[in-house]
Amino acid sequence: MGGYARYVWPCISLAIVVLIWNLWSARRYHALALKRAERSILMAGSKPS
Amino acid sequence: MWTWFYRLASPPYVYRVASAFTPWLLLTAAVAIAYGLIDGLAFAPRDYQQGDAFRIVYVHAPAAWLSLFAYTTMAVAGAIGLIWRIKMAHALSAAAAPIGASFTILALVTGSLWGKPMWGTYWAWDPRLTAELILLFLYFGVMSLRAAFEDPARGDRAAALLAIVGVVNVPIIHFSVQWWNSLHQGATVAKFGKPAMDASMLWPLLAMLLGFMLFFGAVLCIRLRGEVLNRERQASWVRQAIKA
Repeated sequence: MGGYARYVWPCISLAIVVLIWNLWSARRYHALALKRAERSILMAGSKPS
Repeated sequence: MWTWFYRLASPPYVYRVASAFTPWLLLTAAVAIAYGLIDGLAFAPRDYQQGDAFRIVYVHAPAAWLSLFAYTTMAVAGAIGLIWRIKMAHALSAAAAPIGASFTILALVTGSLWGKPMWGTYWAWDPRLTAELILLFLYFGVMSLRAAFEDPARGDRAAALLAIVGVVNVPIIHFSVQWWNSLHQGATVAKFGKPAMDASMLWPLLAMLLGFMLFFGAVLCIRLRGEVLNRERQASWVRQAIKA
Protein backbone atom coordinates (compact mmCIF):
# COMPACT_ATOMS: atom_id res chain seq x y z
CA MET A 1 0.00 0.00 0.00
CA GLY A 2 2.98 2.31 -0.60
CA GLY A 3 3.40 3.30 3.05
CA TYR A 4 -0.30 4.08 3.54
CA ALA A 5 -1.38 0.64 4.81
CA ARG A 6 -1.94 1.93 8.35
CA TYR A 7 -4.53 4.37 6.98
CA VAL A 8 -6.11 2.29 4.22
CA TRP A 9 -6.67 -1.04 6.03
CA PRO A 10 -8.32 0.45 9.16
CA CYS A 11 -10.75 2.27 6.82
CA ILE A 12 -11.62 -0.91 4.93
CA SER A 13 -11.92 -2.89 8.18
CA LEU A 14 -14.15 -0.25 9.75
CA ALA A 15 -16.37 -0.20 6.66
CA ILE A 16 -16.78 -3.99 6.89
CA VAL A 17 -17.55 -3.71 10.62
CA VAL A 18 -20.20 -1.04 9.92
CA LEU A 19 -21.80 -3.20 7.19
CA ILE A 20 -21.88 -6.27 9.46
CA TRP A 21 -23.14 -4.26 12.45
CA ASN A 22 -25.96 -2.77 10.36
CA LEU A 23 -27.08 -6.17 9.16
CA TRP A 24 -26.81 -7.78 12.59
CA SER A 25 -28.59 -4.96 14.45
CA ALA A 26 -31.40 -4.76 11.87
CA ARG A 27 -32.01 -8.52 12.05
CA ARG A 28 -31.91 -8.39 15.86
CA TYR A 29 -34.37 -5.48 15.85
CA HIS A 30 -36.75 -7.45 13.65
CA ALA A 31 -36.35 -10.63 15.73
CA LEU A 32 -37.10 -8.74 18.96
CA ALA A 33 -40.16 -7.09 17.40
CA LEU A 34 -41.38 -10.51 16.25
CA LYS A 35 -40.89 -11.94 19.74
CA ARG A 36 -42.76 -9.00 21.28
CA ALA A 37 -45.63 -9.45 18.83
CA GLU A 38 -45.81 -13.16 19.60
CA ARG A 39 -45.86 -12.46 23.35
CA SER A 40 -48.59 -9.87 22.91
CA ILE A 41 -50.70 -12.38 20.91
CA LEU A 42 -50.18 -15.05 23.57
CA MET A 43 -51.20 -12.64 26.33
CA ALA A 44 -54.30 -11.56 24.39
CA GLY A 45 -55.20 -15.25 23.90
CA SER A 46 -54.84 -16.11 27.59
CA LYS A 47 -57.11 -13.26 28.78
CA PRO A 48 -60.48 -14.54 30.08
CA SER A 49 -63.32 -13.53 27.74
CA MET B 1 -50.35 6.36 -9.22
CA TRP B 2 -52.37 7.46 -6.15
CA THR B 3 -53.58 3.87 -5.64
CA TRP B 4 -49.97 2.75 -5.43
CA PHE B 5 -49.17 5.64 -3.10
CA TYR B 6 -52.01 4.78 -0.73
CA ARG B 7 -51.07 1.11 -0.84
CA LEU B 8 -47.83 2.14 0.81
CA ALA B 9 -49.92 3.23 3.78
CA SER B 10 -51.04 -0.35 4.37
CA PRO B 11 -48.83 -2.08 6.99
CA PRO B 12 -49.36 -5.67 5.72
CA TYR B 13 -48.49 -4.54 2.18
CA VAL B 14 -45.35 -2.75 3.38
CA TYR B 15 -44.32 -5.76 5.48
CA ARG B 16 -44.85 -8.16 2.57
CA VAL B 17 -43.01 -6.00 0.01
CA ALA B 18 -40.09 -5.39 2.41
CA SER B 19 -39.81 -9.14 3.09
CA ALA B 20 -39.80 -9.94 -0.63
CA PHE B 21 -37.18 -7.33 -1.55
CA THR B 22 -34.66 -8.00 1.25
CA PRO B 23 -32.84 -11.12 -0.10
CA TRP B 24 -32.48 -9.67 -3.63
CA LEU B 25 -31.16 -6.37 -2.34
CA LEU B 26 -28.69 -8.15 -0.06
CA LEU B 27 -27.46 -10.46 -2.80
CA THR B 28 -26.90 -7.70 -5.36
CA ALA B 29 -25.30 -5.48 -2.70
CA ALA B 30 -22.85 -8.28 -1.78
CA VAL B 31 -21.88 -8.76 -5.45
CA ALA B 32 -21.39 -5.02 -6.10
CA ILE B 33 -19.40 -4.44 -2.89
CA ALA B 34 -17.21 -7.50 -3.44
CA TYR B 35 -16.43 -6.39 -7.01
CA GLY B 36 -15.83 -2.78 -5.94
CA LEU B 37 -13.50 -3.72 -3.09
CA ILE B 38 -11.46 -6.26 -5.06
CA ASP B 39 -11.15 -4.05 -8.15
CA GLY B 40 -10.53 -0.89 -6.11
CA LEU B 41 -7.94 -2.38 -3.78
CA ALA B 42 -6.13 -4.81 -6.06
CA PHE B 43 -6.48 -3.64 -9.67
CA ALA B 44 -7.13 0.12 -9.80
CA PRO B 45 -3.88 2.01 -10.48
CA ARG B 46 -2.38 4.12 -7.71
CA ASP B 47 -3.09 7.85 -7.85
CA TYR B 48 -0.21 9.98 -9.17
CA GLN B 49 -0.52 12.47 -6.29
CA GLN B 50 -2.08 10.61 -3.37
CA GLY B 51 -0.49 7.21 -3.96
CA ASP B 52 -2.37 4.27 -2.45
CA ALA B 53 -4.03 6.49 0.17
CA PHE B 54 -6.59 7.40 -2.51
CA ARG B 55 -8.06 3.87 -2.11
CA ILE B 56 -9.79 5.11 1.05
CA VAL B 57 -12.20 6.84 -1.35
CA TYR B 58 -13.76 3.42 -2.12
CA VAL B 59 -15.35 3.35 1.33
CA HIS B 60 -15.31 7.05 2.24
CA ALA B 61 -17.23 8.47 -0.73
CA PRO B 62 -20.02 5.82 -0.71
CA ALA B 63 -20.42 6.24 3.08
CA ALA B 64 -20.59 10.04 2.78
CA TRP B 65 -23.05 9.83 -0.10
CA LEU B 66 -25.20 7.37 1.81
CA SER B 67 -25.19 9.59 4.90
CA LEU B 68 -26.84 12.32 2.81
CA PHE B 69 -29.18 9.95 0.99
CA ALA B 70 -30.39 8.31 4.23
CA TYR B 71 -31.02 11.72 5.78
CA THR B 72 -32.99 12.90 2.75
CA THR B 73 -34.99 9.64 2.81
CA MET B 74 -35.70 10.19 6.52
CA ALA B 75 -36.80 13.81 5.99
CA VAL B 76 -38.97 13.08 2.93
CA ALA B 77 -40.64 10.14 4.72
CA GLY B 78 -41.16 12.36 7.76
CA ALA B 79 -42.77 15.05 5.59
CA ILE B 80 -45.07 12.47 3.94
CA GLY B 81 -46.00 11.21 7.40
CA LEU B 82 -46.82 14.72 8.58
CA ILE B 83 -48.73 15.85 5.50
CA TRP B 84 -50.70 12.69 4.65
CA ARG B 85 -50.66 11.23 8.19
CA ILE B 86 -49.26 7.96 6.88
CA LYS B 87 -47.94 5.92 9.81
CA MET B 88 -45.77 3.75 7.57
CA ALA B 89 -43.89 6.85 6.38
CA HIS B 90 -42.97 7.57 10.01
CA ALA B 91 -41.91 3.92 10.38
CA LEU B 92 -39.65 4.30 7.32
CA SER B 93 -38.21 7.51 8.73
CA ALA B 94 -37.46 5.78 12.06
CA ALA B 95 -35.86 2.81 10.27
CA ALA B 96 -33.54 5.02 8.18
CA ALA B 97 -32.11 7.01 11.10
CA PRO B 98 -29.70 4.50 12.74
CA ILE B 99 -28.43 3.31 9.35
CA GLY B 100 -27.72 6.89 8.25
CA ALA B 101 -26.01 7.70 11.55
CA SER B 102 -23.68 4.69 11.29
CA PHE B 103 -22.63 5.63 7.74
CA THR B 104 -22.08 9.24 8.82
CA ILE B 105 -19.67 7.97 11.51
CA LEU B 106 -17.96 5.82 8.87
CA ALA B 107 -17.63 8.83 6.53
CA LEU B 108 -16.19 11.00 9.31
CA VAL B 109 -13.67 8.40 10.54
CA THR B 110 -12.48 7.34 7.08
CA GLY B 111 -12.24 11.00 6.02
CA SER B 112 -10.18 11.68 9.11
CA LEU B 113 -7.86 8.72 8.37
CA TRP B 114 -7.43 10.04 4.82
CA GLY B 115 -6.84 13.57 6.11
CA LYS B 116 -3.84 12.64 8.26
CA PRO B 117 -1.46 11.64 5.41
CA MET B 118 -2.93 14.16 2.91
CA TRP B 119 -3.51 17.29 5.03
CA GLY B 120 -1.24 16.43 7.96
CA THR B 121 -4.13 16.41 10.43
CA TYR B 122 -6.98 14.11 11.42
CA TRP B 123 -9.43 16.96 11.76
CA ALA B 124 -9.87 20.53 10.51
CA TRP B 125 -12.87 22.80 11.08
CA ASP B 126 -13.42 22.83 7.35
CA PRO B 127 -16.96 23.69 6.07
CA ARG B 128 -17.65 20.21 4.69
CA LEU B 129 -16.28 18.33 7.70
CA THR B 130 -18.12 20.58 10.13
CA ALA B 131 -21.40 20.26 8.21
CA GLU B 132 -21.00 16.47 8.13
CA LEU B 133 -20.46 16.48 11.91
CA ILE B 134 -23.64 18.55 12.29
CA LEU B 135 -25.41 15.90 10.20
CA LEU B 136 -24.34 13.26 12.74
CA PHE B 137 -25.73 15.41 15.58
CA LEU B 138 -28.96 15.82 13.62
CA TYR B 139 -29.27 12.04 13.31
CA PHE B 140 -28.72 11.67 17.07
CA GLY B 141 -31.22 14.46 17.71
CA VAL B 142 -33.92 12.88 15.54
CA MET B 143 -33.44 9.45 17.17
CA SER B 144 -33.40 10.88 20.72
CA LEU B 145 -36.44 13.06 20.09
CA ARG B 146 -38.46 10.12 18.78
CA ALA B 147 -37.54 8.05 21.84
CA ALA B 148 -38.21 10.91 24.29
CA PHE B 149 -42.01 10.82 23.94
CA GLU B 150 -44.20 8.25 25.64
CA ASP B 151 -46.81 8.67 22.92
CA PRO B 152 -45.15 7.25 19.76
CA ALA B 153 -47.34 9.40 17.47
CA ARG B 154 -46.10 12.60 19.12
CA GLY B 155 -42.52 11.29 18.97
CA ASP B 156 -42.93 10.62 15.25
CA ARG B 157 -44.25 14.12 14.59
CA ALA B 158 -41.50 15.83 16.59
CA ALA B 159 -38.77 13.73 14.95
CA ALA B 160 -40.23 14.41 11.49
CA LEU B 161 -40.19 18.17 12.15
CA LEU B 162 -36.54 18.11 13.24
CA ALA B 163 -35.60 15.94 10.25
CA ILE B 164 -37.32 18.38 7.87
CA VAL B 165 -35.65 21.43 9.43
CA GLY B 166 -32.27 19.68 9.36
CA VAL B 167 -32.53 18.77 5.68
CA VAL B 168 -31.21 22.26 4.91
CA ASN B 169 -27.82 20.85 5.93
CA VAL B 170 -27.79 18.39 3.01
CA PRO B 171 -27.21 20.94 0.20
CA ILE B 172 -24.80 22.79 2.50
CA ILE B 173 -22.66 19.63 2.75
CA HIS B 174 -22.88 18.98 -0.98
CA PHE B 175 -22.08 22.51 -2.17
CA SER B 176 -19.74 23.53 0.68
CA VAL B 177 -16.68 22.82 -1.47
CA GLN B 178 -17.95 25.31 -4.07
CA TRP B 179 -19.37 27.97 -1.76
CA TRP B 180 -16.43 28.32 0.62
CA ASN B 181 -12.68 27.94 0.66
CA SER B 182 -12.34 24.32 1.63
CA LEU B 183 -9.50 21.90 2.32
CA HIS B 184 -11.76 19.16 1.00
CA GLN B 185 -11.34 18.37 -2.68
CA GLY B 186 -14.10 19.32 -5.11
CA ALA B 187 -16.52 17.03 -6.94
CA THR B 188 -14.93 14.16 -8.84
CA VAL B 189 -17.73 11.78 -9.78
CA ALA B 190 -20.67 14.21 -9.78
CA LYS B 191 -19.12 16.50 -12.37
CA PHE B 192 -21.56 16.40 -15.26
CA GLY B 193 -20.13 15.11 -18.49
CA LYS B 194 -16.57 14.47 -17.44
CA PRO B 195 -15.69 12.87 -14.10
CA ALA B 196 -12.20 13.83 -12.87
CA MET B 197 -11.22 10.18 -12.54
CA ASP B 198 -9.91 7.58 -14.92
CA ALA B 199 -12.38 4.79 -15.81
CA SER B 200 -10.14 2.17 -14.17
CA MET B 201 -10.55 4.00 -10.86
CA LEU B 202 -14.12 5.14 -11.46
CA TRP B 203 -15.79 1.75 -12.10
CA PRO B 204 -14.96 0.23 -8.70
CA LEU B 205 -16.12 3.47 -7.05
CA LEU B 206 -19.44 3.35 -8.92
CA ALA B 207 -19.81 -0.33 -7.95
CA MET B 208 -19.22 0.57 -4.29
CA LEU B 209 -21.74 3.43 -4.50
CA LEU B 210 -24.32 1.07 -5.99
CA GLY B 211 -23.45 -1.66 -3.47
CA PHE B 212 -23.84 0.70 -0.49
CA MET B 213 -27.18 1.95 -1.85
CA LEU B 214 -28.49 -1.60 -2.32
CA PHE B 215 -27.21 -2.51 1.14
CA PHE B 216 -29.03 0.50 2.58
CA GLY B 217 -32.20 -0.70 0.86
CA ALA B 218 -31.80 -4.21 2.30
CA VAL B 219 -31.11 -3.09 5.87
CA LEU B 220 -33.89 -0.49 5.61
CA CYS B 221 -36.34 -3.26 4.62
CA ILE B 222 -35.31 -5.43 7.60
CA ARG B 223 -35.56 -2.51 10.06
CA LEU B 224 -38.84 -1.41 8.52
CA ARG B 225 -40.31 -4.87 9.13
CA GLY B 226 -39.32 -4.55 12.78
CA GLU B 227 -40.85 -1.06 12.98
CA VAL B 228 -44.09 -2.28 11.39
CA LEU B 229 -44.34 -5.19 13.86
CA ASN B 230 -43.64 -2.89 16.83
CA ARG B 231 -46.36 -0.49 15.74
CA GLU B 232 -48.94 -3.06 14.63
CA ARG B 233 -48.50 -5.87 17.10
CA GLN B 234 -52.18 -5.77 18.12
CA ALA B 235 -53.44 -5.92 14.52
CA SER B 236 -55.16 -9.05 13.29
CA TRP B 237 -52.95 -9.34 10.19
CA VAL B 238 -49.86 -9.68 12.47
CA ARG B 239 -51.63 -12.49 14.33
CA GLN B 240 -52.35 -14.25 11.04
CA ALA B 241 -48.84 -13.65 9.69
CA ILE B 242 -47.23 -15.09 12.82
CA LYS B 243 -49.57 -18.11 12.98
CA ALA B 244 -49.02 -18.88 9.28
